[in-house]
Amino acid sequence: MKRKDFLQMSAMGLGALVIPRSFLLGNPIDPLQAINEGIDVSVKKQLADAALSAAKARGATYADVRIGRYLNQVVATRENKVQGVANTESFGVGIRVLANGCWGFAATNNVTTASLAATAERAVAVAEANAKIQGEPVRLAPQKGYGEVSWKPPIQKNAFEVPVKDKVDLLLSANAIAMQNGANFVNSNIFAVNEQKYFASTDGSYIDQDIHRIFPTFTVTKIDQANGKFDTRKALSSPMGMGYEYLEPLASAKVPGIVTRYGMRYDMLEDIKAATAEVAQKNKAKSVEPGKYDLVLDPSHLWLTIHESVGHPTELDRVLGYEANYAGTSFLTLDKWQGKNFAFGSKLVNVVADKTQEGSLGAVGYDDEGVRCKTWDLIKDGVLVNYQAIRDQAHIIGLEESHGCCYAQSWADVQFQRMPNVSLQPGKEKRSVDDLIKNVEKGIYIIGDGSFSIDQQRYNFQFGGQTFYEIKNGKIAGMLRDVAYQANTREFWNSCTDIADKSDYRLGGAFNDGKGQPSQSNAVSHGSATTRFNGVNVINTARKI
Amino acid sequence: MPILSTEEAQAILKKALSYSKADECTVTLGGSEGGNIRYARNAVSTAGDVSQMSLGVTSSFGKKSGSATINEFDDASLQKVIKRAEELASLAPENPEYMPLLGPQTYLESVAFKPATAAMDPDKRADAVAKSLNVAKEGKLEAAGFLENTAGFNAMLNSKGLYGYNKNTDVSFSVTLRNQAGTGSGYVDKSYNDVAKLDTLALTRIAASKANGSAGAKAIEPGKYTVILEPLAASDMLSNLMNGFDARNADEGRSFMSKKGGGTRLGEQLFDPKVTIYSDPLNADLPGATWSPDGRPVTKTVWVDKGVVKKLAYSRYWAQQKNAEALPPANRVIVEGGTASLENMIKNTEKGILVTRFWYIRNVDPQTLLLTGLTRDGTFYIENGKIQFPIKNFRFNESPVIMLNNVEELGKPERTGNMIVPPMKIRDFTFTSLSDAV
Repeated sequence: MKRKDFLQMSAMGLGALVIPRSFLLGNPIDPLQAINEGIDVSVKKQLADAALSAAKARGATYADVRIGRYLNQVVATRENKVQGVANTESFGVGIRVLANGCWGFAATNNVTTASLAATAERAVAVAEANAKIQGEPVRLAPQKGYGEVSWKPPIQKNAFEVPVKDKVDLLLSANAIAMQNGANFVNSNIFAVNEQKYFASTDGSYIDQDIHRIFPTFTVTKIDQANGKFDTRKALSSPMGMGYEYLEPLASAKVPGIVTRYGMRYDMLEDIKAATAEVAQKNKAKSVEPGKYDLVLDPSHLWLTIHESVGHPTELDRVLGYEANYAGTSFLTLDKWQGKNFAFGSKLVNVVADKTQEGSLGAVGYDDEGVRCKTWDLIKDGVLVNYQAIRDQAHIIGLEESHGCCYAQSWADVQFQRMPNVSLQPGKEKRSVDDLIKNVEKGIYIIGDGSFSIDQQRYNFQFGGQTFYEIKNGKIAGMLRDVAYQANTREFWNSCTDIADKSDYRLGGAFNDGKGQPSQSNAVSHGSATTRFNGVNVINTARKI
Repeated sequence: MPILSTEEAQAILKKALSYSKADECTVTLGGSEGGNIRYARNAVSTAGDVSQMSLGVTSSFGKKSGSATINEFDDASLQKVIKRAEELASLAPENPEYMPLLGPQTYLESVAFKPATAAMDPDKRADAVAKSLNVAKEGKLEAAGFLENTAGFNAMLNSKGLYGYNKNTDVSFSVTLRNQAGTGSGYVDKSYNDVAKLDTLALTRIAASKANGSAGAKAIEPGKYTVILEPLAASDMLSNLMNGFDARNADEGRSFMSKKGGGTRLGEQLFDPKVTIYSDPLNADLPGATWSPDGRPVTKTVWVDKGVVKKLAYSRYWAQQKNAEALPPANRVIVEGGTASLENMIKNTEKGILVTRFWYIRNVDPQTLLLTGLTRDGTFYIENGKIQFPIKNFRFNESPVIMLNNVEELGKPERTGNMIVPPMKIRDFTFTSLSDAV
C-alpha cells in the first residue's frame, strides 16, 4: 500500500521531494474538496453501530471502530519555483476486536454498513486464526463509556482554508530573502494535517474529534566551491498542534539572543534571513577540538534529546519487549521503577507526560481507544516514577486505568501505545539563558536539531545540531563546526546542573516519529527551557573522502 | 479484488483518459492487498489485513499541472477526478521545469509476481509464525517478530499513448530472539518475492543461535578495527549510498559525488576495484519495476564498475539541461561479490570483529556521507581465524564511501531487504564509543 501510493505520488512529479512518509499514505485530492464538511455524526454512529453489532454477533468480547478522514497538504518550493502542491485525503474505517482473548484488526475504504459488518467479521477471523498461537489472553483496563462527546483544539485559522496562493507567496518570499543574501540553494515547505476522527466502542463511547497540525520549514544551503564544502541551516520553527496562526509573527513569541528563537508563533521571513547569515558563518567556522565540554542546549535542540533518551525508554511497550524486533527495548526495566529510587537524572530533572498542552502535537481530547487524555509524571526530582501505558498494559504496572496514549496514524492502521508529549519542566528559580552561559568556562551552546542516533535500549546516543557556538569563560567566542556529542543517557541527565526558568520554556517536536511494524508515524511535542549539562564528550565529525 | 490484470487495468485507464480535455494527461492505477502478523513475548500482539486500489490523474495545460486521485471507478467518478485535476492545473503556477510527456515505450516484462505469495491468508501466516514461536519456546528464548506479505500492481496510460503495467509480490520476515536474562539477542531479516523460499523455522534457528552466542558480551576498546559485515550489516551501511548518484545534486555541489571546484565525479575511481554495483529489474531474487514512475524504461544498469563511477541518475529535465542520458534512479541494487562463505572469511581473519547488523543509522555529514549508528544483535571478536567471544555493542562513525575504499574481501552475495550484497571484510572501520545495549 505504502509503496504503491509512493509510486503514484512520484508519477505526479512529487517523488523527488522530501515528503514525510505519512504524507504518502493518502491520496492526492483537490484543495477545495479538503475543506468539505465530513459526514454527519449521526451517520457515523449508525455505521459504527453496524460494525460493533456485527463484531459482537460473530463472537467478539470487545470491539472498537475508528472512522477516519485524514487530510494532508504539502506546498513545496525551491528557490523561485513551486515544486508541488498536493492535497491528500484518506477516508476509511479500521475495526479492532478481541475474540478468544486475542486482538484482530481489519480495515476498509468501502464505507457502507454492509461493508463494515463484513470487515468486522474479517477482524474476528484474524483474531481467531491468531488465538491458536496466542499466549496469555489480553487484559483490558476497564473504561467507562462517555456516550456521545466531541473535542476540537482552539485553533484560530484552519490551514486548509488558507488559499494555496498565500502559502506559495510566503515560501517564495522566504526563498527570495535567502537567495538575495547569498544562499546557493533553498528549499521550503509547509505541511498541514487535519485528522477528522470518530471513535466508537462496545464500552459505549462515541467520540468525534477534529485535530490540526502544521509544520513550516526550510533548509538554506551555502556552497564554497573552491574548498568543496557545503553547509546547511534548517529553520528554527517547530511542528505544532495549531492552525495557520502559527505562521503569523508575534513579537511576544520571539526570544531574542544570539539568534531569534520562537515560541507559539513563528516568523519565517526573519528566521530565513538569520539562517542565510549563519550558514555563511558556518562555512568558515572553526572545526571543533574534540573533548569534554559543558553543553548549553536550546529548546529547539533539546527536544530531540528528550524525545530519544527520555520519551522512548519510558514507553511501556518497549520496556515489556513488544518493540524488541524493531525499535528495541528499554534500559528502564520494571525493577528500576519498582525500586522507587532509580536516579535517572539529577534532582533538577522533572519530566512530565502530557496529552493536553494547548498548541502541542500530542494534544487531543481522547486517545484512539477512547480514553480521556491527561498529564502525569515520568521523572520526579530525578527519579523514575512512571511509564506510558495503554489499556492492555495498565494492569502490568498496577494502574486502574490507561494513561490515554494510544494512537493509529490512519484508519488503515491498528492503534497502539504511542508517545505523549514528554517535556522537561523549567527551573523553579529565576534563571535566564545568559545566567546559564556566564558560569560556563569551556562549553558549547547548541541551537536547532541535527543528526540523531541512539541504541535500541536507549543507553548510548549521539546528537548534532544546526549551529554551535563556543563558550569561553562565560562568553560566546564564535561559531564552531563539525560538532556532535556522545553520551550515556543516565550519565547525561545526571550531569544536568542548570535549567532556565519558565519564561524560556518552548516546544519542539517530531512530526513523524516512527514505531511499530508496519511502521506508523506519530506527532509529538517536547517542551523545555535552555538547560546545561556538564562534561559531555564532543567528537569532530569532519572526514576526507 | 484489487490485483487487476493488464487488460482490466487498461480498460479503466482508457475510459478515464477519454474524459480528458487537457493538453497532456497521465492516468495511473494501482492496487495492493496483503496482511501481517506481529508477535512479541512469544505471542501474537497485532495482526491485520488491508486491501486498497486508487486511480490518479495528472493533467497539464502548457506548463501548469494539477493532480487528483479517487478510489471509486464508476463513470461519474472517473469524470469527476479528471475534472478535478484539470481545475487544479488551471489554478497552478507554471513550472519552468515541466517536461512534455513521453510517447509509447517498450518495457521488459516484469517477473516480480508470484501467485503463492499473493495467496497467503491469515491461517498460512499464523502457521509460519507458529514454527518460529516453537523454536523460541523450545530454546527457552523470547521471540518478537513480524511477517508481512503484499501483492500489488501499477498501471499507467498517458495521452501520448504510453502504457505500462507491472505487478509484484513480496514477503518479508524478521525475528529477534532474546534470552530470558536479557543478556543475549539475535536477529534475522529476509525478504523474498516468492514465499516458497521462506523458511521461518530455519531463520528463527539462526536468530536463536545468535541470541545464545551473544550472551555475556565483553567490552573491548573502541577504535579502528577490521570488520566482517554480514550481508545485513553491509546493506545497512549501503542503503543510502545510491541517493548520492543523483546527477543534479552532484552538479549543484551538494553531494559526496560533487567534484571540488565544480562538476561531478562521474568516471572517477571512487571505490576499491573490487566494488561493482548494478541494478537489474529481471534479477530472479530481486525483481523490480520495469518502468519508472514517469514512464522511462528501467533496464539493467551498471552504476559502478570495478570501483569507477559509470552512471549517474538524471531527471528528464536535468538530462536535457546537461545533454545527458535521462537514466532513472536505481531503486534496488546488487553489489557483486566473490565466492567465499562467511565462515571462510572468518577463517582467514587474524584479528577482527564480526557484525550481524547495524541500527539507528543517521547521516552526520552529507558532504562525506559520514554515518553514525550502532552494532546490534550479535557482535563478536575474531582472532586467529575463530570467533573468540561476544563483545558489547559499539557506536560507529564511518562513511560508506571510505568503507568501500577499504575492502579486503567480498563473499557470496545474498538478498537482504531491497538489496543483494555480499558479506564484506573491511579494514579500519571506525568505532567511537561503547554501548551497554543488548
